Amino acid sequence: MNALKRIFGARFVLIGVPYLWLLALFFIPFLIVLKISFSEPAISIPPYSPKLDVSNGLVAFWQQVREFGFENYVFLFEEPLFYRSYLSSLIIAGIATLMTLLIGYPMAYAMARAPRSWRAILLMLVILPFWTSFLIRVYAWIGILKKEGLLNQALLAIGVISEPLTILNTNAAVYIGIVYSYLPFLVLPLYASLERMDDSLLEAAQDLGCTQLKAFWTITFPISLPGVAAGCFLVFIPAVGEFVIPDLLGGSETLMIGRTLWVEFFNNRDWPVASAVAVILLLILVVPIALFQNAQARAEEKVL
Amino acid sequence: MKRSGWFNITSLVFGFSFLYLPILLLVIFSFNESRLVTVWGGFSTKWYREMWQNQGLIDAAWVTLRVGLLSATIATVLGTMAALALSRHKRFAGRTLFSGMIYAPLVMPEVITGLSLLLLFVAIDFARGFWAVTLAHITFTMCFVAVVVQSRLVTFDRSLEEAASDLGCPPARTFFLITLPVIAPAIIAGWMLAFTLSLDDLVIASFTSGPGATTLPMKIYSQVRLGVTPEINAVCSILLALVTTGVLIASYITRTEQRRDQTTN
Repeated sequence: MNALKRIFGARFVLIGVPYLWLLALFFIPFLIVLKISFSEPAISIPPYSPKLDVSNGLVAFWQQVREFGFENYVFLFEEPLFYRSYLSSLIIAGIATLMTLLIGYPMAYAMARAPRSWRAILLMLVILPFWTSFLIRVYAWIGILKKEGLLNQALLAIGVISEPLTILNTNAAVYIGIVYSYLPFLVLPLYASLERMDDSLLEAAQDLGCTQLKAFWTITFPISLPGVAAGCFLVFIPAVGEFVIPDLLGGSETLMIGRTLWVEFFNNRDWPVASAVAVILLLILVVPIALFQNAQARAEEKVL
Repeated sequence: MKRSGWFNITSLVFGFSFLYLPILLLVIFSFNESRLVTVWGGFSTKWYREMWQNQGLIDAAWVTLRVGLLSATIATVLGTMAALALSRHKRFAGRTLFSGMIYAPLVMPEVITGLSLLLLFVAIDFARGFWAVTLAHITFTMCFVAVVVQSRLVTFDRSLEEAASDLGCPPARTFFLITLPVIAPAIIAGWMLAFTLSLDDLVIASFTSGPGATTLPMKIYSQVRLGVTPEINAVCSILLALVTTGVLIASYITRTEQRRDQTTN
């Protein structure tokens, strides 16, 4: 009985402590965001009203709840800045994900086909930038892309262009930034799925007279699809809400919702509208996040 | 066969140049004599010397280091517990929500996490600053630790634990003698990941920080907005060198551990 209690105790602590932590600091904060998104901005500390307070009893609580309105959401749909930000975030993230895939797939493929002794080093080379600071890697591109920057100097020197290109502070720079920052996130799961592939399948196809290209499209590519999906989600979802890249590399015409939220919160100090922006962003991302988790859970079971 | 070989080599060379050239240029220009970051004016280490005299920068580095060490350590404990809970207990009430809360922060846009934590701290009247940043960092990094440790637990041979408990070893002892040594490399890797993520975070720290708790990324960001300077290149180069050394040492440890595992099995 005592032993049983101890085992149950251990299980309770093991599950309970991280569970409660995440509930308190990850889940409940979302509920608060949701609540404040229905409030009105006010010049007070904190800058919104009504402030929910259960201490005055349930009737008063219900009174406060009834004061909530959908004004912030209506505002989001009326103000072109917001819906254009959402739309352009999705488009920019989508195009950038495709570009990352176009660069990342050949890399992952070549890594998986490399001699076995090389693979560990190549893998290390992909993982290393992932560990180094995101901010620093984005910053590095400013010096390269700006008007008097290194890229323009190099292109002018070899005579490709006669006038410096304007790349920094345009959407092109944002694409470069996203592809560059998120490339390892796509290459790693893709490499994992390509590396597990059984080479004898390809040999069999070639023995049966299949061309290399056809063998790739009929065998390799379908097998790598779970890796493609995992990688694309890992790039697309965070890229939609990206702040640092559009802020440092983008221009005034670069509309991305992460940056809009930041400006709304820090510059305009409109917490309720910022909360409503976050709620809608989360609603947009719920489907891809659920698909990602599903894929993640399936991958986990596959290993078992 | 030849043609695809060339294609593979080209894509690797192109891909890795793309990944490493910007970082390399950043480091090279930190040794530039000239204040202009894009015109080479001769080799100099003066920006490194200047950096040490910038008290604001040193203070920020100190805050970042303290937040990083503290949050990575607590996140590693919590993340390891979460990984054990997920891989050992296949059913318990609310398991779906639990695993959802583990995987969601991996892809959650930082602005949402940052905003929601800030609103929580405001709602419960918790002062923004060092402790708020630390709590925020524990929360989002523990999920990365959980995923890293869980991937190691998946391949872990449970019969070792069963053998130990059959021989009368109490659960706690079994854990410390059998389980922990096996998953230790993953725990170390998880700690490193949590530490570097904390070191790197700008968005969540900006939301949860208060006066006197400016972290290094916040400091770098505010200076970058004013323009590119070799001094920031120098700070970045030092950070890059530290992280690279750490990762290389950790990967060396993990690899020798794995080799030892393979020879003993």
